[in-house]
Amino acid sequence: MNGATNIEQRSESGVTLASDSAERERLDNVRPLDWRNPPPASCYDLVIVGAGTAGLVAAHMAGNLGAKVALVERHLLGGTCLNIGCVPSKAILRTSRLYAEMRHANQYGAQIPADIRVDFATVMQRVRAVRARISRADSAHRLTAAGVDVFFGQARFTQTDAIDVEGATLRFRKALVATGARPDMPSIPGLAEAGYLTNENAFDLTAPPRRLLVIGGGPLGCEMAQAFCRLGVQTTIVQRRPLFLPREERDAAQILSDAFARDGIEVRLNTQVRNVRVEGGAKIVDLVSDDYHSTVVVDAILTGTGRLPNAKGLDLEAAGVDYDARRGVHVDDFLRTRNQRIYAAGDVCLPHKFNDTADASARIAVANALCDGHERLSALTIPWCTYTDPEIAHVGLYVREARERNVPVKTFTIPMHDVDRAIADDEEVGFVKISVKERTDHILGATIVARHAGEMISEITLAIVAGTGLRTLSRVIHPYPTQAEAIRKAADACVRTCSLPQGGHEQSRATRIA
Amino acid sequence: MAAPSANQFPQRSGAAPKPKVPGNHTRRDAPGADADADADDVLLDGIERAAFGYFRQTVNPANGLVADTTRERWPCSIAVVGFALSMYPAAVERGWLSRDEAVDLSLTALRFFRDSDQSGASDATGYKGFYYHFLDMQSGVRVWRSELSMIDTALLIAGALTARMYFDADTAQEDELREIADQLYRRIDWRWAQDGGTTMKQGWKPESGFLHYGWEGYSESIVLYVLALGSPTHPAGSHTYEAWTVTYQWENLYDVDFLYAGPLFIHQFSHAWIDFREIRDAFMREKCSDYFENSRRAVTIQREYARRNPLEFVGYDEDCWGLTACDGPTRAMPDAYGGARRRLFGYAARGVPWGPDDGTLAGWAPLASLPFAPDIVLSTVRAMHERYPQMCPDQRYASGFNPGLTDAGGSYWVSPGHYGLDQGIVAMMIENHRSELTWRLMRRCPWIVAGLRRAGFTGGWL
Repeated sequence: MNGATNIEQRSESGVTLASDSAERERLDNVRPLDWRNPPPASCYDLVIVGAGTAGLVAAHMAGNLGAKVALVERHLLGGTCLNIGCVPSKAILRTSRLYAEMRHANQYGAQIPADIRVDFATVMQRVRAVRARISRADSAHRLTAAGVDVFFGQARFTQTDAIDVEGATLRFRKALVATGARPDMPSIPGLAEAGYLTNENAFDLTAPPRRLLVIGGGPLGCEMAQAFCRLGVQTTIVQRRPLFLPREERDAAQILSDAFARDGIEVRLNTQVRNVRVEGGAKIVDLVSDDYHSTVVVDAILTGTGRLPNAKGLDLEAAGVDYDARRGVHVDDFLRTRNQRIYAAGDVCLPHKFNDTADASARIAVANALCDGHERLSALTIPWCTYTDPEIAHVGLYVREARERNVPVKTFTIPMHDVDRAIADDEEVGFVKISVKERTDHILGATIVARHAGEMISEITLAIVAGTGLRTLSRVIHPYPTQAEAIRKAADACVRTCSLPQGGHEQSRATRIA
Repeated sequence: MAAPSANQFPQRSGAAPKPKVPGNHTRRDAPGADADADADDVLLDGIERAAFGYFRQTVNPANGLVADTTRERWPCSIAVVGFALSMYPAAVERGWLSRDEAVDLSLTALRFFRDSDQSGASDATGYKGFYYHFLDMQSGVRVWRSELSMIDTALLIAGALTARMYFDADTAQEDELREIADQLYRRIDWRWAQDGGTTMKQGWKPESGFLHYGWEGYSESIVLYVLALGSPTHPAGSHTYEAWTVTYQWENLYDVDFLYAGPLFIHQFSHAWIDFREIRDAFMREKCSDYFENSRRAVTIQREYARRNPLEFVGYDEDCWGLTACDGPTRAMPDAYGGARRRLFGYAARGVPWGPDDGTLAGWAPLASLPFAPDIVLSTVRAMHERYPQMCPDQRYASGFNPGLTDAGGSYWVSPGHYGLDQGIVAMMIENHRSELTWRLMRRCPWIVAGLRRAGFTGGWL
């Protein structure tokens, strides 16, 4: 691991030991040191393997239904989200955003502080405090008090209806695999020898690297690159493709590139890492972009920003559950595996590896497993957000996806510079784009790029889930001034064009301003 | 070439109200309209002639190559050669060049490309019928480790085919010219440029193979796809156009419905050769529009952006706009302009509404939209000339200027010298507006017609 990492103590199992009161509180909640597994019940209604978001949601829901539930966790309750993912990353992003605002205070009519110094230790202390506070909700003791049998240890299926945990056999009527995912490490010569950070240890840093290379321009890579840059780390981000966030709308990705450049991140798009070596304590990284070769020298490398499902090591074969290394556990639309007793939920089986989707899938799996439900994964409308500044949020179909399905699409675009509150906030970078089926107001999807896009996208998600047309949103009063007014403006534009006669240039001319 | 200076521009009568009729053609029935039309024509003639003068100034008569810019030791851009080849016929028609001179210049260039090294070596001129983007002005070999460029080759070949269509005399020289133009077109292996995929790649390098990116979204590459589909020898796959256009985005922006692309040049380049009025592919049939109309709407979008001027740059308004690919200031420029304190993009494809935008405008960009919205464009051109005459010294436009970036003496930044692409598109679009010469020639070009049909275009003159 990287030399800049400063983890005071590790147990034999690799669990980070408490180094301050916040860490002690968190570990006491998510992996009490003196924990003793309970004696197993004769048979559980539901055994859940993995206590990340999906596992915890499933445990609470099943418990509320009156089921006898066992929850098995190999490492820490709360999983990636609480310990090494959403929670700590959002906490660090908040501080980094504040530093960015301080440096540009004059934009807001304020004085730029004379001496802006980043106290990295304090930043990370806050991250740990936030993490500890949120860990209280799903502590081992609270789960136990709620009637859930919590087991720490490695779970292995021994039969189609039994699991071994540290020598104890847990028999089940139904089981749920919710073991999550882990960093997908790129295969780069010299990287392992040189050492690297991933989201699994980046939040344990107590001192910042002076120079950081982020490999991978997906959501996590982008968020972390911007956070570290704003905390004073000289940051370079390398992305193999010509744009960041390859799934996203290209204008969104382009705006993000521009935002990175404004922050001072050195952006290397269309670039691959060839190899890494260490010289004089520094990491020397060779890059290539088409035929252009270059080298960057850094003190730390952050990578593994893609995610791979944790499907191995569970002896799923013994339970008759199919899986592979890339897709994870194979499930049908009801989240059932090939073994009809066993379900899966969350990152271990879903292409969308988001906390909220893990939550939603767990509810489906429990309903189907315990209540004879027939809820389908495909019925979910899944929004997502990359929490860069500006944020990039999306729900529904992309224009390209709709066009590939021969659906005629029209997109109503409202630049944030047309929104009064965005102007007042000096947060004009970005847009709201809402796509409808041409000549209707049926919403197909939306992309929002804005400072608070994650908060704004839910209105569109609600409209899609409820089957509400875009024109209806025009009649919804949006408090003035708010940035969400951009959505109403898009709806207004839809009303204006849809109320006009269709066909030919004359109709289109009538819609223009000139 | 003697051209009137900016302050000698032919002025309109001033008595006539400015026509406010939306549409593609200037209304001539208002009082004083004839005088205005004459003044407009004198203005346009001067600018077109000055733009054409760029090619005479920078062509190497020994090989027909034309420089990318007027800057010293700058190489040839193959696309600029395409514009030059396209403008020689217009120059003949306007009496700026004799037919013999035009044939001679065209033939010299075509012979050079025919005989050039097509091995694909790192110091060759081309490969598979395509050419490297930048060539040495004297030797014609690749410079700057530039890419084998699909779009720039297409613009070059469009120029060659324009010459082929115009020089139709039964003479040995013009026979040879037509034969070489055909030969150059026929030897291009468009399918190879798909690299086994569905769409065209943007480029290839001998050192690293195909560039990793293709065409995403509406762009200037319609002419590339049309030429690729029209080839009688190595056509692109039949689904390639559909595979590209599936990435289009039809947007309602500033209350205008249009096929989105940010930089203005995207809405102009293919139109230099192809008359898109009332011919429609499947996408435009679905939208009840056409690419010509779309380019007119792009003008409206530019004006709306400039009126809003979200980044509050100096000079922007409805009569002062033009965000496109152009030269701009850089941080490396003299600090007298304050360049070190601002984000500046140098040569970049500026666009609306998402940028990049550093306050740099291309004075020529509105004029290159002349056929689409003549009234708006002409009033814009006059307003911009009046306010910022230094952007167009001797009636030849600088690539870009930045009204808000001034030196100690109060002079705003102007891109030094001239760029061939800018002069080419301005000259061609003025000529198309005045006489439709290139459009008329290319409407008869069998390869263009075949390519348009294979791309699914129907209607209108087609």
